[in-house]
Amino acid sequence: MSLDLILFTAIASATALSALTVVFSRNIVRSALWLLLTLIGVSLLYFLLGAEFVGATQLIVYVGGTMVLVVFGVMLTAQQQFLKIRTRPQEWLVGGILAGSLFVLLVNASLKMGEGKAPPPSEALPGAGQIGVGFLTTYLLPFEIISVHLLVVLIGAAYLARAKRKPKEAPSDG
Amino acid sequence: MVELGLTPYLILGAFLFACGLLCIATKRNAVGILMGVELVLNAANVNFVACARYVPSFGLEGQVFALLVIVLAAGEAAVALAIILNFYNNHATVDVDKADELKG
Repeated sequence: MSLDLILFTAIASATALSALTVVFSRNIVRSALWLLLTLIGVSLLYFLLGAEFVGATQLIVYVGGTMVLVVFGVMLTAQQQFLKIRTRPQEWLVGGILAGSLFVLLVNASLKMGEGKAPPPSEALPGAGQIGVGFLTTYLLPFEIISVHLLVVLIGAAYLARAKRKPKEAPSDG
Repeated sequence: MVELGLTPYLILGAFLFACGLLCIATKRNAVGILMGVELVLNAANVNFVACARYVPSFGLEGQVFALLVIVLAAGEAAVALAIILNFYNNHATVDVDKADELKG
């Protein structure tokens, strides 16, 4: 048993358990908390794989930014009747069959794909410097597209979520 | 001596994907569905970074794509929450089953 294997087992089982609890928790605030733990576990896996920059970005952007957005969404839409939203059993059945069969399919594919890849390469992953150079040379076009896309998306989100004043004589529901 | 390979990471990615799919399919709260989408995106990212580590000459590409996915997920969460807030302002609920006005 190597240290990598022990660390992977611990982190992966914690992540998987948190992900299961996100699904089965009935309280949406608790779901958000467990999702936070899942994201932290995934970032620890990135550190374990040697991708420090991606792991740090995951911590900063996901845990620091996206989860704050989600928690704000939970708080802004929380009501008494909010907690009573229940899922019907037949929806659990259909969703469970779908997710279970897809899981089996994907595990089959992973077992086939992972064959022969057991010896890990000795060279380290490219670090932050190489990723930055890659973004400004080979991957310049995706980098520019995604930066403009992020700008457009944030302007659009601010426009959609702004406080609207409805006219008094002709109230519209749009 | 058991070595850690690519397969355990792919299986974990598949598990996270299945959890996200189940979350999307069963939650009726719109914010819960958004959480399921985040889980699915994270599953894809786990696969990308694991392949960056274990597939030769994929080291840079895997990390670059993972970073792009993280940025896209942030934008997706912002827009989805704006839409959910709009829906909540108009209908006073976040139950997605109530969003059936466009049903023919």
